[in-house]
Amino acid sequence: MKLSRSAKTILGVITGLILLFIYLPLLLVVVNSFNADRTFGWPPRSFTLEWWGRAVASEGVRDALATSVQVAVISTIISLILGTLLALALQRYSFFGRDVINLLVILPIALPGIVTGIALNNLFTTVLGVPLSLWTVIVAHATFCMVTVFNNAIARLRRVNGSLEEASADLGAGVFTTFVLVTLPQLRSALLAGGLLAFALSFDEIIVTTFTIGAGQQTLPVWILSNLFRPNQAPVVNVVAVILIVVSIVPIWLAQRLSSDSVAGTGAPGIGRGKIKKAKVPSAP
Amino acid sequence: MTLETEPRPAPAPPRTGHRRVSAALHRSPRLRLAGLLTAPAAWLVLVYIAALAALLITALWTVDTFTGKVSTTWTLDNILTVTTDPVYQAITLRTLRIAVVVTLIDMVIALPIAFFIAKVADKRWEKLLIVAVLMPLWASYLVKAYAWRNVLAEGGLLEWLGAPVGLNSPGYSETAVVLTLAYIWLPYMILPLHAGFERVPDSLIEASGDLGAKPLATLRLVVLPILVPSIIAGTIFTFSLSLGDYITAQIVGGTTQMLGTVVYANVGAANNLPLAAAVALIPIAIIMIYLFVVRRTGALNNL
Repeated sequence: MKLSRSAKTILGVITGLILLFIYLPLLLVVVNSFNADRTFGWPPRSFTLEWWGRAVASEGVRDALATSVQVAVISTIISLILGTLLALALQRYSFFGRDVINLLVILPIALPGIVTGIALNNLFTTVLGVPLSLWTVIVAHATFCMVTVFNNAIARLRRVNGSLEEASADLGAGVFTTFVLVTLPQLRSALLAGGLLAFALSFDEIIVTTFTIGAGQQTLPVWILSNLFRPNQAPVVNVVAVILIVVSIVPIWLAQRLSSDSVAGTGAPGIGRGKIKKAKVPSAP
Repeated sequence: MTLETEPRPAPAPPRTGHRRVSAALHRSPRLRLAGLLTAPAAWLVLVYIAALAALLITALWTVDTFTGKVSTTWTLDNILTVTTDPVYQAITLRTLRIAVVVTLIDMVIALPIAFFIAKVADKRWEKLLIVAVLMPLWASYLVKAYAWRNVLAEGGLLEWLGAPVGLNSPGYSETAVVLTLAYIWLPYMILPLHAGFERVPDSLIEASGDLGAKPLATLRLVVLPILVPSIIAGTIFTFSLSLGDYITAQIVGGTTQMLGTVVYANVGAANNLPLAAAVALIPIAIIMIYLFVVRRTGALNNL
């Protein structure tokens, strides 16, 4: 199809406008975190660092940040272990029910967050009678973070063949020695990428968290949600939102550089083509 | 069970417990597989599948009005309430309407940008543009909804942008929910569409042009039919993610209630988990029906 020069230009301009539409709201939050006006009228008249100072000094924000990091680190560790085991099982062996398990690992992230949230809330409170706490949040997060580690690990395993492991076994190394000295080094960067994504996913998750967190406990997103509608907290909420953007984008950016599997290798939830199947998201969130 | 390697004799006689386990694992691939699979499969089944099954069952239970605890009396009341009560019907319809409009908006916005990235931009730009689309996908959903609260605010950016052309900000309303959700899920539509455009062979497009078709005719008669599964794949995301939303409705929706709002209210304040479970089954049912309808188009392989 021969597109005229002007048609190409128009398409380019539309693309630029859409990207502007994608980034403008996020930039607005960043700019507003320095906006001296409490009501955030646009355009801003003067800028200040006061909100950043207040956010840093706020005990609520510091506690929530510590909680978020704690939850994200522990769920990342759990999903690293489970995701790697699962990837090895599904890639190196074929067995009855393999496709079902493949679907199962994607499900927590494919269904809307609210379904996962209420299902787990119901499991903990009604079925098991476990009081909601940070541990229930960690169990929930690990369940949907597993998929990012799994995706990165299995994509890597598909590219490296098992002959090195066979050679290691032939040379007399035990199963564990082979895993530590041969398999793990090949997986290292893929696991790092998957782990970073899992961390980011857990760090800014809100929907499942609100359904599984105990009373009185707050992760950073929960802190934002509960302070969002308080006018005198609004400036600090902006700052925390910027922190959330940075803490989720930086690991993704690092993961992107680490996983050379594909551009989309960071795993847009459920979106992918060909050999590397991905699942999200985010759910959303 | 097909196994990848034949068992070989252990290289050295086991001396310690650690070695004995290692040798046993070495001899039996079945044992190795069991060792790998047990923990993650048990986690997924015991935590997630059990939770989904329990959700279904809880919807058939009721709440003791005295103690406020879930009582295991079997009843279809919750299901009947959410399907026949006009309030729930109205909320279901509103949620469906929002999800459909969001999906249509995303389709219209995503088509030109996906086409440009896949077929017009040169390769170097293509990679950069894909990353540019992907990055915000990972920014927090909450922050994106919050960003739109800023954009839509009284005296905010949208009012300022709209003032010269006489447009007003819709304020916090259903329109705001639609705009914000369309914004949040847009990358989920762009990426499958981009993959779809990539699959259309250039030679086919050229052939169509050589045979005298104008660009628009080529798009309609050659490209679009190949693209349909990708479009549907994109709609599955935007549609089902919108159906389950409640945070956006809470942040920019004003008084707008969606199915998710009701679920959340019944888990928290109203403390009626069985009813919440019954309401949560509505989006699940709608998504299942949608998936069932579109499965023949091959869209599910494009996810």
